[in-house]
Amino acid sequence: MSSFDRVSDRAPANRMADPPHPAHFDTGALLANAARQAGERGFGDFLIVDADAHHYESEDWAEITRFIDQPVIRQWSEASMAKGGARPGMLVTQLGNQDISGRISRYRLRSSEQLEAGIPRVVAQTRRSMTAMGIDVTVLFPTVMLNLGMHPQVEVEGAIAHAYARWMTERILPADLSIKTMLYLPFNDPEASVRLVERFAGHPGVVGFMVTAVRYRPVHDNAYMGLYAALEERGLPLGFHAAYNWYDRSMELFNRFISVHAVGFPFYQMVHMTNWVINGMPERFPRLKVLWIEGGLAWVPFLMQRLDNEYMMRSSEAPLLRRKPSEYMREMYYTSQPMEYPDNLEVLETTFRMIDAPRQLLYASDYPHWDFDLPSRVYDLPFLREEAKRRILGENARELFGLPERKQAAAD
Amino acid sequence: MAEHLAGVSHEFQEGGRKIVRIGETEIGIFRRTGLLYAYENRCLHQGGPVCEGLLMGKVEAVLDGGRRYLGEQFSDEEIHIVCPWHGWEYDLETGACAADRRLSLKRYRVVERGGEVYVVI
Repeated sequence: MSSFDRVSDRAPANRMADPPHPAHFDTGALLANAARQAGERGFGDFLIVDADAHHYESEDWAEITRFIDQPVIRQWSEASMAKGGARPGMLVTQLGNQDISGRISRYRLRSSEQLEAGIPRVVAQTRRSMTAMGIDVTVLFPTVMLNLGMHPQVEVEGAIAHAYARWMTERILPADLSIKTMLYLPFNDPEASVRLVERFAGHPGVVGFMVTAVRYRPVHDNAYMGLYAALEERGLPLGFHAAYNWYDRSMELFNRFISVHAVGFPFYQMVHMTNWVINGMPERFPRLKVLWIEGGLAWVPFLMQRLDNEYMMRSSEAPLLRRKPSEYMREMYYTSQPMEYPDNLEVLETTFRMIDAPRQLLYASDYPHWDFDLPSRVYDLPFLREEAKRRILGENARELFGLPERKQAAAD
Repeated sequence: MAEHLAGVSHEFQEGGRKIVRIGETEIGIFRRTGLLYAYENRCLHQGGPVCEGLLMGKVEAVLDGGRRYLGEQFSDEEIHIVCPWHGWEYDLETGACAADRRLSLKRYRVVERGGEVYVVI
């Protein structure tokens, strides 16, 4: 028998037409149950900020290519696009099946979605998911570029980062003021990273800058002090966005995507967090706000306990610290997704206490990726008071990113 | 409890499905080996439209007598409904969650009579 029937996603032939659904893929239809949840919970009554959602920049690569300044790299990208294929040849690719071998249908269907004319496709598609989920403001991140830190040509990472920043600030952000971004930093080139901050900080919609965590440059390298100072001076947060790298020697031991994904995302966060804290970056840049994105939450209490325990014996190896590592970590910011949901919710409640979630945690959906979380994931937690829910779902992000009050957040 | 007309029998082909809305409740009705199964179209995880997902055979590992791993295969016996939002899988014939059999989709009784299909709510 066939084990794959391909019937999926609101196809009109297999459902009653009440209400009628379009024949093609539609984000709003796929997320109809999310819209119902939003209505039942009154999400329209308070601000919801999605601190980490994604788009597929590979789908817009021809347009992004036009923003590459360097003619030789631009011509390479153009030639790469001319060959066709799903991904531009100059981007670093990863093994893996995010869509669980086709089970997550939107991966293969979303490109067929009919969208409003006259606005960038990524904006139109993001609007639909925001509307369905009840989200007022979205901070948008790339997808394929999460592995660009492994590109062996530093100048290519820099050229792409700059082109992407121009494309985002000139084409995408002006098209919908409810969409924000933390721009990709070409972290393998510290000086280029500073230049990117100097050029794009202050641009409407740029609410911070982001380092992709998969890379082999330690965050405490002296070369980065200028970058951190530039961000601290401007009051802009620095984000570390997690990802996985199946080509990492340790990760090559894993034979399944579930394994490399479950361990890989928090692994790189723990590497960078450990270096960040042990080398005293919070003491050197006390006003720099740091946000840890998409590593989930369970790794944070683990690392707090681990570092505190060893610090008490080996404080001589962390001479810049004046407090325990966990005390610095408790003052950093975290995005919620993918929020582990243990059978014993007391574990999660303890995690929330350890990271001071009502002040430091930011809701994130990660939509449209395979393990996205709806706002209800946070809102329905039984141990949170209403005020804490609203802070995590929106107010913490509003304060961190300097967004206006709710009524103006999407309009300003 | 009352019977609600869900359609006529020929709309429920072998291996196929139909999603119906009864009041505020969406229900997916599936036919497999002649029998009809009905579940609420709401995943236990985050509420996704589970009945609109792929139908796939359960993935089974194949070991030899020495417990060595030989590979994998799709089951012809146990068919799963896969939620399109995140991939949670459920046994089509029982509604049980494949990853935790203590959990189950909300199931409804289906009656086929006189060329018509009714779901009981």
